[in-house]
Formats: sequence, C-alpha cells, structure tokens
Amino acid sequence: MSVPEPMIVFDGVEKRFGSNVVLHDLSFTVSPGEHVTLIGPSGSGKTTILRLLMTLEKVDEGTISVGGRYLSHQDKGGTLVPADERYSREVRKRIGMVFQQFNLFPNMTVRGNLIEGPTRVLGLSRDEANTRAADLLELVGLSDKIDAHPTQLSGGQQQRVAIARALAMHPDVLLLDEVTSALDPELVAGVLALLRDLGETTDITFLCVTHEMGFARDFSHRVMMFDGGRVIEDAAPEQLFTAPEHERTKSFLQAVLDH
Amino acid sequence: MPLWDWSYAFSILPDLLLALVTTIEITVLGSVVALLLGLVIAVLRRARIPVLDQVLWAFVELVRSTPLLVQVFFLFFALPRFGIELSAFVIGVLALGVHYATYTSEVYRAGIDAVPQGQWEAATALSLPRSRVWTGVVLPQAIPRVLPALGNYVISMFKEVPLLLAIGVVEVVNEARELGSETFRYVEPYTIAGVLFLLLSYPASLLVRRLERRRVSA
Ligand SMILES: Nc1ncnc2c1ncn2[C@@H]1O[C@H](COP(=O)(O)OP(=O)(O)O)[C@@H](O)[C@H]1O
Ligand SMILES: [Mg+2]
Repeated sequence: MSVPEPMIVFDGVEKRFGSNVVLHDLSFTVSPGEHVTLIGPSGSGKTTILRLLMTLEKVDEGTISVGGRYLSHQDKGGTLVPADERYSREVRKRIGMVFQQFNLFPNMTVRGNLIEGPTRVLGLSRDEANTRAADLLELVGLSDKIDAHPTQLSGGQQQRVAIARALAMHPDVLLLDEVTSALDPELVAGVLALLRDLGETTDITFLCVTHEMGFARDFSHRVMMFDGGRVIEDAAPEQLFTAPEHERTKSFLQAVLDH
Repeated sequence: MPLWDWSYAFSILPDLLLALVTTIEITVLGSVVALLLGLVIAVLRRARIPVLDQVLWAFVELVRSTPLLVQVFFLFFALPRFGIELSAFVIGVLALGVHYATYTSEVYRAGIDAVPQGQWEAATALSLPRSRVWTGVVLPQAIPRVLPALGNYVISMFKEVPLLLAIGVVEVVNEARELGSETFRYVEPYTIAGVLFLLLSYPASLLVRRLERRRVSA
C-alpha cells in the first residue's frame, strides 16, 4: 500500500511574537481529504497555525508546505530562501479561509464577493464566474440573496456566503477559524450542517478550529489538542473525546462541556 | 462720495465674474492635483518602503510646516532657475495642489486605517493581487468615509486662491484690487468679491455637511 503524499506538512515550525514563543517546534502532517480539528484553550496557538498557512503571519523557524510546495520558502538551486509575494500567492491559491467575523466585502453585493476571486485571480470570464456563484449560492441555500449587500444579511447568512466565496476558488484546503463563534445560537446549526454536507460531498482537506465539540466529533477524522503552543494529544475523535489520555485534555473537555 | 454706488457696482460685476471663473478653474485643477497626489502619497506610505517612506514623511512635514505663500514664491522664483518656465496660473495650481495634497494624504490615511484588518486578510485569503486589493476592496471603503473631510479641504483651497495675487494671477481679489485702483473706489469691488466667495462656499459647505450626516446615518 502506498502512502499518499501529505497535503499539509508542518516541519519544526516555531512562531514568536516578540519574545513570546507561541508555537514550539511544531511538526504534523495532514493527508489529502482529511478533516482535522484543532481544539485547546484560548491563546494556545490554534489561530496562529491557520494564519501561518494563509501567509497572514510569517514562520520564524521551520517550514510549511502545502500540496508538496513550500509555502513561505522558495527552493532556489537547492537552498531555501524566503518566498516572494508572487510565489506565495501562487501556493496560497490552493488554500481558502473562512473567518470568525465573516469579512465579506461590504462595498460589493453577494455576487460581487463571489466572483471577485474567480475573475481576478483564476481568470474566469464573468459568465463562468456568475454561473459558479449561482451554483454555490444554491448549495448554501441563498439563491435569492445574490444581489443583496452583506449588511442586509443575518450573521448566519453572511457566514454561508463567506463559505461560498472560499469554495468559489476551488481550494484544496479550507481553513475554518471558529466560524460559528460570532453567530447567534439559533444560526449555528445551519452553518454546521452546511459544513457537514461539504465534508461528505467534497474531497477538500479541512483544518478547523472550533468550540463545537459535537461538530468536531462527527466531522473530524482527527483531533489535535493544543496547549501552550504544543500538540499534547493527537487522536481520532472517538478516542480523544471518550478516553482522553492527558489530564490537560480531560480538564479542557470538562470545562467546555460545563460551559 | 457715497459709501456704496450701485451703478458702479453693476458696471464692474462682469469683470469680477470673469475673474471668478479663473478662481474656480484654479480650484478645480488644484483639487485634482491635491486629491490624486494625496492618494498616491497615502498609498505609498502605507507600503512602508524604506527610504521612500522617510522621504515622503519629510516632504509632507516640510510642506505642512511652511506657509503656502512661501511655497508659492519659491516655485515662482526658483523654477525658472532650473529652466522650468511656467505661467503664474500653472504655478498657482501646482502650489495649491501640492500643498493641499499633504493634507489630503493624511485624510486618506485615516480612511485607510479605518478599514478593518479583516478586509485585508479576506483579500489575502482570496489571493487578490495587491493592486486589486487597493482598487477593489480598500479604497472603495476608505474614500466614501473621508469625502466630507476632502470636501472641506477643497473649500479651504477655494478661499486661498486670492493668495496667488502675490505672483500676479488675476483671480477675483486681484481683479477687485485693480478695478479699485482705477477709480479709487475699493469698497464695491472688495465687497462684491467677498459676496461671490460667500455665494459659492456657503452652499458648498452645506453640501459637505449633508454628506457628513448621510455618512453618520448610513
Ligand atoms: N498579532 C499578534 N501579536 C502578538 N501576539 C499575538 C498576536 N497574535 C496572537 N498572539 C499571541 O499568540 C498566542 C496564540 O494566539 P492564538 O493563535 O490566537 O490562540 P488561539 O487561537 O488558540 O486562541 C496568544 O498568546 C496571543 O496573545
Ligand atoms: Mg483563535
């Protein structure tokens, strides 16, 4: 049996903010199509990992690669040098991200948000991009909102458009950072149902930070528990949620469940 | 001699209106320079390119800490020394435009800073090219916010055009001065000049205020 080449590789990654080391010598891999959920207390470095992948932050030590290509480094004649903007934009095209605060462009309609990347980055014609936008809106159940402005939508609707916007780029990897944390409780279920659906119908690789333990449990193939910038437990959800090995994982899960 | 002579006042009105056209032309052209150059300065400064950033900073500080009149004289007398022969009109437009560009650049900067960080990040996540991030995402959000402030600078500039009489530009106040010196009647021409400024800048400032109110309620 051949082992597929990993989609994401973190190799000895260290990230510092000033003198504050937030990720320590972090190494892990994610397989193509795998759904990995990151859990752990606030400040443990989960968001930083996603931001490094999106090149919103720079690594201080180590390397990250996506789909077999270095993200923040370029191989120039056998030596690794920091990647330039054009190169990292090329690699980054394969990665999409959905944010806690949606971050839709308020100066554009829903349609404008959805065709922006496909027309400006992927080089689709307007017609092709419009067709793709209409299909995606149907998928997220918002076909009637195509000409609405983001401010006219509820939080849940905005987040579903944001997911559609990321999908419009046909990403190999989708990063989800607490995408339901800013939503009113009654809107959370709709967004999670959409994500479950995507998990089943696409072969996208998901890296997901969430406090929704029920969702983490049935969406993930693997859960990584973070604490203080280190992975302290990395296991299948059935294992991690029912029989956690570490005391720290137990108390964290207890605290989340009590909440 | 009466303080106010209506028939004299009417007789000089056409000349003053003609000069007012010059004032408006200078304001419009100077505004174009100020609005475009200020935008370029603000965008370049945001990129924080070493050396260029310090140069722009020094230039902005220099222009803002010296009187406009000194800058007008400087351009008027220094440019010919470098073999650049420009009319007083063009020098007036450039001096006002560059001077006000240093103010509008600060206004744009405030507008750009007010665009949430998440917008830049969403643009990065879509891999949008830098130029498109500016033209498609950041500036369309930043500029509407600062339109009232920009409008106020245009009105200020309009009222500073008479400064150019120092280099012989025949705008309204200079025309009034010349008309007065022909007849030794100064009250009518200067009063009319003042009224003309009032008639234009007051409605303009009302318009700006309406724009401000619309921003607040939107
Ligand atoms: N831009 C930043 N500047 C300084 N410190 C930061 C910055 N972003 C994150 N941090 C710090 O890095 C650590 C990890 O943060 P984060 O990755 O957001 O954690 P999590 O998402 O797990 O809550 C925290 O201690 C946080 O204060
Ligand atoms: Mg976080």
